[in-house]
Amino acid sequence: MATVTHSKKACAVNPLKMSQPIGGAFAFLGLRGAMPLLHGSQGCTSFGLTLFVRHFKEAVPLQTTAMSEVATVLGGYENVEQAILNIHTRTKPEIIGICSTGVTETKGDDVEGYLRLIRGKHPQLARFPMVYVSTPDFKDAFQDGWEKTVARLVEELVEAPAAGAERDPARVNVLPGCHLTPGDIEELRTMMEDFGLVPSFLPDLGGSLDGHIPDEFTPTTIGGIGVDEIAAMGRASWTIAIGAQMRRAAEALEKKAGTPFRVFERLCGLLPNDAFISFLSEISGRPVPLKYRRQRGQLADAMLDAHFHIGGRKLAIGAEPDLLFDLSSLLHDLGAKVAVAVTTTSSPVLERIMTDDVLIGDLEDLETLAKQRGCDLMITHSHGRQAADRLKIPFYRAGFPMFDRLGAGHQLSVGYRGTRDLIFDIANLVIADHEANRQPTPETWRDGLKPPSPGEAVHIH
Amino acid sequence: MSSLSATIQDVFNEPGCGKNAGKSEAERKKGCTKQLQPGGAAGGCAFDGAKVALQPLTDVAHLVHGPIACEGNSWDNRGARSSGSDLWRTGFTTDINETDVVFGGEKRLFKSIKEIIEKYDPPAVFVYQTCVPAMTGDDINAVCKAASQKFNKPVIPVNSPGFVGPKNLGNKLAGEALLEHVIGTEEPDFTTPYDINIIGEYNLVGELWQVKPLLDELGIRILSCISGDGRYREVAYSHRARAAMMVCSKAMINVARQMEERYGIPFFEGSFYGIEDTSDSLREIARLLIERGAPDELMDRTEALIAREEARAWAAIEPYKPRFAGKKVLLITGGVKSWSVVAALQEAGLELVGTSVKKSTKEDKERIKELMGQDAHLIEDMTPREMYKMLKDARADIMLSGGKSQFVALKAAMPWLDINQERNHAYMGYVGMVKLVEEIDKSLYNPMWEQLRRPAPWDEAGNSWQAKATAQNDAEAAVLAADPVRAETTRRARKICFCKSVDLGTIEDAIAAHGLTTVDSVRERTNASGGCQACTGRITDILAARPRPAAPPPLLDAAE
Ligand code: SF4
Repeated sequence: MATVTHSKKACAVNPLKMSQPIGGAFAFLGLRGAMPLLHGSQGCTSFGLTLFVRHFKEAVPLQTTAMSEVATVLGGYENVEQAILNIHTRTKPEIIGICSTGVTETKGDDVEGYLRLIRGKHPQLARFPMVYVSTPDFKDAFQDGWEKTVARLVEELVEAPAAGAERDPARVNVLPGCHLTPGDIEELRTMMEDFGLVPSFLPDLGGSLDGHIPDEFTPTTIGGIGVDEIAAMGRASWTIAIGAQMRRAAEALEKKAGTPFRVFERLCGLLPNDAFISFLSEISGRPVPLKYRRQRGQLADAMLDAHFHIGGRKLAIGAEPDLLFDLSSLLHDLGAKVAVAVTTTSSPVLERIMTDDVLIGDLEDLETLAKQRGCDLMITHSHGRQAADRLKIPFYRAGFPMFDRLGAGHQLSVGYRGTRDLIFDIANLVIADHEANRQPTPETWRDGLKPPSPGEAVHIH
Repeated sequence: MSSLSATIQDVFNEPGCGKNAGKSEAERKKGCTKQLQPGGAAGGCAFDGAKVALQPLTDVAHLVHGPIACEGNSWDNRGARSSGSDLWRTGFTTDINETDVVFGGEKRLFKSIKEIIEKYDPPAVFVYQTCVPAMTGDDINAVCKAASQKFNKPVIPVNSPGFVGPKNLGNKLAGEALLEHVIGTEEPDFTTPYDINIIGEYNLVGELWQVKPLLDELGIRILSCISGDGRYREVAYSHRARAAMMVCSKAMINVARQMEERYGIPFFEGSFYGIEDTSDSLREIARLLIERGAPDELMDRTEALIAREEARAWAAIEPYKPRFAGKKVLLITGGVKSWSVVAALQEAGLELVGTSVKKSTKEDKERIKELMGQDAHLIEDMTPREMYKMLKDARADIMLSGGKSQFVALKAAMPWLDINQERNHAYMGYVGMVKLVEEIDKSLYNPMWEQLRRPAPWDEAGNSWQAKATAQNDAEAAVLAADPVRAETTRRARKICFCKSVDLGTIEDAIAAHGLTTVDSVRERTNASGGCQACTGRITDILAARPRPAAPPPLLDAAE
């Protein structure tokens, strides 16, 4: 069991964390015809937009209420109203998703109140889907913004089924955490469809940010889950939440529509997928298709091949809680030692991470500790590149943002097959590092075994 | 008036900014850009602009005082390069929390400065103010002053919170911070008659290094580059340069102008994009240095170098010219460098079909116009659909633009090249121009495009997205053909003047109502061509196409 500590520094150096409103906007991007709107100054939106565009290499819709210095003092009602009217007429969205920022939370803008006024004043907006989430920058992190937004979407948009209405046994809701890629969503969709299930993903980044070529050029999101489909989620027979962060939304769905749920905290690894596949088989009443039996065998084989390389490696990993838990557990399962674990925000999974201590900190912490503890494998998002360079250790990019490599949206970690490929990728990095940097020379073993110096304990991992 | 708003006023009153000269007092107070439109804007904030301008200083610790949004979402995302320290790429932020918002974040800021100095010992710390601590009243000037004294190290406040304005205002506020706290505070070990400053150059993708060898060869020393691959000390003693070149248009004009005023350093505005611009800039540098006492022979050596380099560049470009014959380029750049890119492309024999001047100043626009002649087709704000239509109508063979607008071109299976901040290649000087030409050629003639334009095997004819888009466009045209009233409305709604947003109908009505015959009179009545004037050609055409109005009564004519 890990103890969770907070960094004691006043100054964050090389942030691991990204802001909460961006996480919220990210969730809205998985909705069809959506326009996410940050209530704040223009710069916050511009930075967020750049992050998304560089990660997905796609056009990404994101708007701002463009609060000026004066407006932040007077309050943002007019800016919110104008922004909504503008977006509504110009881009014809199906839903507008609004996240607050540090600027407007410091003033304490009552956006819920604004929305009521706006609906009353403009008949065309009276019933138009608009969902507001409070996401101040000076609290919490990216993952929290996503978590809150999905929960709010459920509360606002899912309709309770009529009393006595029958549930559709094939229909299943899936609430994926923000650590899953569009590729992961597609993988899960295929798996569930192979069991004859009809999944609804909220949010569905697989539909909107998978890099497909759109039929039409629209300024809002293309693909993703529609507002009508979200409304109908109350009629599904089950809700599957992926990642502990999604428990909140799953509970909201249960409360609203009585849908039972099950949380899968991990979907990377052998046992987590055994549990998942068994569950799919159970709720669908169908046997596990041959394809997955074979995939399980392939994963087992990959684990056998890779454990020679991954076993004993000392891992330094920096990621948001659910991704951290998922990946560090997988590597622990393969014999790696989770030597350093740094994360962004609190979560119930942190104390179950297979390491001594988890630090809520930044990439400077990750780098310093990795150096101290002699780590020889690093996993974090693209911002870890400088640290990995300095430490000269293999670096596997995972999480958001991944702006300096291609294919971020298609990187898989779920399912037997996704786990298999991820294991190969990491093992290959380790092998390449070994070949390039760790070849023996006539001098490597010259000194032989050194007797332990007095007072120094012998470590056996 | 707080000192920040006073500084902003000063920046707006910048006499070196031609744009300001023509404005009334009240207009000037309103600032450099029109009011942002909620729900219709997405540019960087003033903090972003300040950071863009100063972060290329490589050995400085850049500390952002604010919530995680400002630095956490944006650090290490800029393309400058360093020949020395990597400290500039380290993200420092106070990452303020709720407690700091309620009780003030000054203590955390002070402690942060202390931690940075203890751990990294940089020659200076720059502290950037952002919106939230500006709202809660954290006084970064006072904290920086106290920290400076306590740690005996320059701690420079950069007072440019995002919400005071757009990116270009931030560039200037960054310049103000340098002028107030850095420039003139140290002395160089030695000076030479060949010392210059380069102002407003950020060494993106290392492009300054495409030009520096030429200066080295001429014995010209870059005493200080503000701020590309710069060091703190170099900026601190930059007041000892003999002359300065200001690049990147107006971004840091206040620095260049005030250094001229305070230290008598003459400057010129130049560009290293394109062969001719590069040569002109080298000449101008030599001329200014000679004026300030360098020996005359510098000019002869400069001319010899220019002749040699130009010959090599043209020889390298020559083989491409036949390949570029008849090829059209759609240029969309929000950057201030539009005009110099235009010049560069025309040198290679490409034809320009459009350029956006969204963020450029009026002078930039005029320069583009000058360079492109009457045919300039300035596109203020193309929607994705219009862009696609333009590309598809084969009016362009390749699109050059900034990162964010690339997707339409790529999805339309149309060659595209990044020419803004995040580009992967350096395009400065003679070598850079040849590189740009090479890249355009590689992209234009990549065999991939042909494959990508083919429909999928299961696509029935007419069912691909391209076909659908075309059908949609055709359907719209058909509707208009069948409905003369609507066709007329659409025809009249066509934008003629993008700067002042004046449509054809308004102009036609004004011409008809007042019997106008000249572009000037149209401008008086409708405001059209009151901006960059690129539309004067179009207005002339409209005037020419109208039947001559009956001779107006002489009285009215006199009043006109
Ligand atoms: S607008 Fe203000 S809060 Fe937003 S990124 Fe810029 S400085 Fe930070």
